[in-house]
Amino acid sequence: MHKEIVIRVCMGPGGIAAGGKEVLGSFREHLLKAGIFAKLKEKCSSHQVGCLGLCARDVLVEVHINRNKTVYQYVKPDMVERIVSEHISGGKPVEEWLADDTFKTFYGKQMKIVLADCGKVDPEDINSYIYSGGYEPTREVLTSWIPDDVIDEIKTSGLRGRGGAGFPTGLKWELARRSKSEIKYIICNADEGDPGAFMDRAVIEGNPHSVIEGMIIGAFAIGSNKGYVYIRAEYPLAVERLKIALKQAYERRFLGKNIFNTSFSFDIDIKLGAGAFVCGEETALIASIEGQRGMPRPKPPFPISKGLWQRPTVINNVETLANIPYIIRKGAGWYSSFGTEKSKGTKVFALTGKIRNTGLIEVPMGISLREIIYEIGGGIEGGKALKAVQTGGPSGGCIPASMLDLNVDYESLAKAGSIVGSGGMIVLDEDNCMVNMAKYFIQFTQAESCGKCVPCRVGTKRLLEILERITKGQGRDGDIERLERLCNGVKNTSLCGLGQTAPNPILSTIRYFREEYETHIRDKKCPAKVCKDLLIYSIIEEKCKGCGTCMKACPSGAITGDKKKPHKIDPNKCIRCGACFDVCKFKSVGRD
Amino acid sequence: MIKLTIDGKLIEVPAEKTILEAARIAGISIPTLCHHPKLTPFGGCRLCIVEVKGIPRLVTSCTTTVSEGMEVLTSTPDIEDMRKFVLELILSDHPNDCMVCEKSGSCALQELAYKYDIRENEFSGERRIYTKRDGNPFIERDLEKCIMCGRCVKVCDEVQGVEAIDFGNRGFNTKICTSFEEDLDCEFCGQCVAVCPTGALTGKLWAHTGRLDDVKEVNTICPYCGTGCNITVHVKDNEIIRVTSGKETWNEGWLCVKGRFGYKFVSSPERLTKPLIRIVPKTKGKPEVRSQKSEVKKQKEDNFLPITHYSSLFREASWDEALDHVAAKLKEIKTKYGPDAIAGLSSARCTNEENYIFQKFIRAAIGTNNVDHCARL
Ligand SMILES: Cc1cc2nc3c(=O)[nH]c(=O)nc-3n(C[C@H](O)[C@H](O)[C@H](O)COP(=O)(O)O)c2cc1C
Ligand code: SF4
Ligand code: SF4
Ligand code: SF4
Ligand code: FES
Repeated sequence: MHKEIVIRVCMGPGGIAAGGKEVLGSFREHLLKAGIFAKLKEKCSSHQVGCLGLCARDVLVEVHINRNKTVYQYVKPDMVERIVSEHISGGKPVEEWLADDTFKTFYGKQMKIVLADCGKVDPEDINSYIYSGGYEPTREVLTSWIPDDVIDEIKTSGLRGRGGAGFPTGLKWELARRSKSEIKYIICNADEGDPGAFMDRAVIEGNPHSVIEGMIIGAFAIGSNKGYVYIRAEYPLAVERLKIALKQAYERRFLGKNIFNTSFSFDIDIKLGAGAFVCGEETALIASIEGQRGMPRPKPPFPISKGLWQRPTVINNVETLANIPYIIRKGAGWYSSFGTEKSKGTKVFALTGKIRNTGLIEVPMGISLREIIYEIGGGIEGGKALKAVQTGGPSGGCIPASMLDLNVDYESLAKAGSIVGSGGMIVLDEDNCMVNMAKYFIQFTQAESCGKCVPCRVGTKRLLEILERITKGQGRDGDIERLERLCNGVKNTSLCGLGQTAPNPILSTIRYFREEYETHIRDKKCPAKVCKDLLIYSIIEEKCKGCGTCMKACPSGAITGDKKKPHKIDPNKCIRCGACFDVCKFKSVGRD
Repeated sequence: MIKLTIDGKLIEVPAEKTILEAARIAGISIPTLCHHPKLTPFGGCRLCIVEVKGIPRLVTSCTTTVSEGMEVLTSTPDIEDMRKFVLELILSDHPNDCMVCEKSGSCALQELAYKYDIRENEFSGERRIYTKRDGNPFIERDLEKCIMCGRCVKVCDEVQGVEAIDFGNRGFNTKICTSFEEDLDCEFCGQCVAVCPTGALTGKLWAHTGRLDDVKEVNTICPYCGTGCNITVHVKDNEIIRVTSGKETWNEGWLCVKGRFGYKFVSSPERLTKPLIRIVPKTKGKPEVRSQKSEVKKQKEDNFLPITHYSSLFREASWDEALDHVAAKLKEIKTKYGPDAIAGLSSARCTNEENYIFQKFIRAAIGTNNVDHCARL
């Protein structure tokens, strides 16, 4: 029975932030007022949906009338009344609020598997997931497959871990299956500590059952009866929805004893992480679940042979697991038809930075950066020049604009000095300083280092110190070489992935933007005009009208001058806040 | 057994051994700081890195177990370069305090800095500065010298089972902490002091008493209890200035607070050095025998301080005289009242052998089974 009118309001992280709840409430109110809710009670529903993807345009609302979809963007509660009266009652969409063409290209190049049902199913209602075909793969696997079939299927699909390292999932499961032990564990890694990343959060908030299903199937494949979802406590909505989903899955007996009346039993517990980036590293994550300080330990032994409580343990990322039911549902052949030879399927990215359409995107592996940025992303904001793309967050690197035709897959990005990582993608334009960007990431890794090993604990600190002095105009001769030697040492001697990859943002920016470092060190200038301490503000005498606006704006009293006469900035008093630069209507404050 | 080659040398070691252990068996030395043979591997100092054929990254030999046919190189220019790099980093955050450091001369870090000839430090930068001084009576915690090897944390947990300390904070500010960073309040066994490779943990009692020069090390047995831990007393100018215990002793170098820190009694002026025989004060007529209670009362009245009991009045005697005295008295009691009027209680501070002799003496020489030991209570 299809509902005639369906209204979908984006209630993902972006949607809620932009007022999705209020918009939803407003729809309820106006539908009721217009009598539509009462009259069309059976046919009309408005329910909360997960992330629709294009966060920059939130709140996004989809109106389906007899299966015809219309999408509104930037919806505010006070706009709802008109949508209800003109469109839902009157049948004429409100043209000026519709999502435009870029919205279409945003979706045009995307290929949705993991996010396909996000935004369609109601994450708080298991029935909605079941109606869309959910738990059918689990039933099929549990009732008519053997574990080796599952492993073969996943191996054939070519799925690789989406948590960062890209380890083949089927192989990981096979190794865990071969590990001899009565007890085995499967852990879903939902720690998602990369700054700016929210792929996993969106999946759990939008379609938690796909992750649960992935875990059940994985547990069946490796022979585990106990799973954990390690999720950061800073994701209250995701935790809440996951709890609801688990409860409903237990009620439906998709979890617990004798699932689908088979001999297979499986339980899932939630473990809350306290928000340490390093706890996303698998051995630190295990220590954390065990109740110890989240510090990595050297591998081997790998978790697949000695993991949680010394038992074989598979740890998979949220997105990896969410792919599983769709691979089972549509077949490994279908899945591996997307992507490149070695990188199959799709990958979710959090597209942010100086790009017109920011948001979550899911693209087939192997798509070019150009397509992502100019077609899906709609190009650079404000028509500025693209400078680089940062992928992989604090573990990744920068790819310069000249390499825009690079394919986005594990091998190509690694060759370019970056990584696919968990899916952060930051677009940088001419106003971004590469040295400053490298400093930002090393600041993060330094603060998040667990402190266990010397190169990471002390080495990242020294890297940070050097970058700090370079951005302050105190760079010394040989600092670039010093950075390189440090990076090389930290990379080669650190214990875990955090330290081993921490130098990547620096190494890749030195590789592609060495002259920018040199300008900072030698000329004490920041070409992008970002590094505050390197900027000199002065008033251009010929242009200054002596209006005194800047004088009033300056918080440190550095500007003096008589009315209608050119003003002056005292460089010793100037704190380089840029207030004068921003307020001058005549553009007579120079910044250099 | 597993066969592998280390630096071209074919060796055979039991499975489960680490590369580091195998190398040590073969007499090949690999520098380490965080490794301790009695503790589980940590893998934090990164100095023990080696090259294993077929593994692209350098691996830490202290955490990697051997496998059949493994080919290991423990020293190549690359490896030595990396070791030097790591040492330089450690020293870039270390007070170069060797001049006055308790540990100088027996410090693992100092030794490595010497070996790798590290003088100038290319990576100098901010140092951790900790001003808080721990108020506990025994253990000096100079955390600026801590290299975060984790040995103290492990020994406290794995050997002593106390867990008084753990890692705290993150990044550069990571530090070994007590709960809420309060003063250390534990058993004060000093196991952590014993395993600390640097001068971060030292004994407060031995501060500035002598490091190596003119210090004589004498191996002996701890006099405190019958366990008989092996200890090494460090003697300077005929005074014990420090007590340690070797890893190779049967007690594996572990001691308790008394054995490690309770050595001052040896040169205490209050210590008995000659036998004493009780004297009965001469009073007019009969000796005045008072109950303890009345004695205390009387002394209070007399304003006597400290309270000396009637029965605690002694005179010095020679060993011959004292022993003859005891023997005569015991004989006298035995003849007069029979052997069962005598009982023997021996001390936990005696060794097994001493306790054995003591019961033999009570049973065979005195002739009674009234013998017991304080630790049985
Ligand atoms: C410092 C660090 C942080 C990590 N954080 C995460 C994370 O937040 N989420 C995640 O899934 N994997 C993270 N990983 C990767 C995991 O260690 C592990 O490889 C991954 O969860 C395995 O799952 P997959 O095979 O499905 O990718 C991190 C690794 C490192 C070194
Ligand atoms: S590399 Fe960094 S995070 Fe990893 S173990 Fe070493 S100190 Fe900890
Ligand atoms: S701990 Fe060692 S290296 Fe450090 S000051 Fe003391 S003796 Fe010198
Ligand atoms: S105090 Fe000593 S034993 Fe403990 S971590 Fe620091 S250096 Fe190691
Ligand atoms: S001794 Fe192996 S890492 Fe420290």
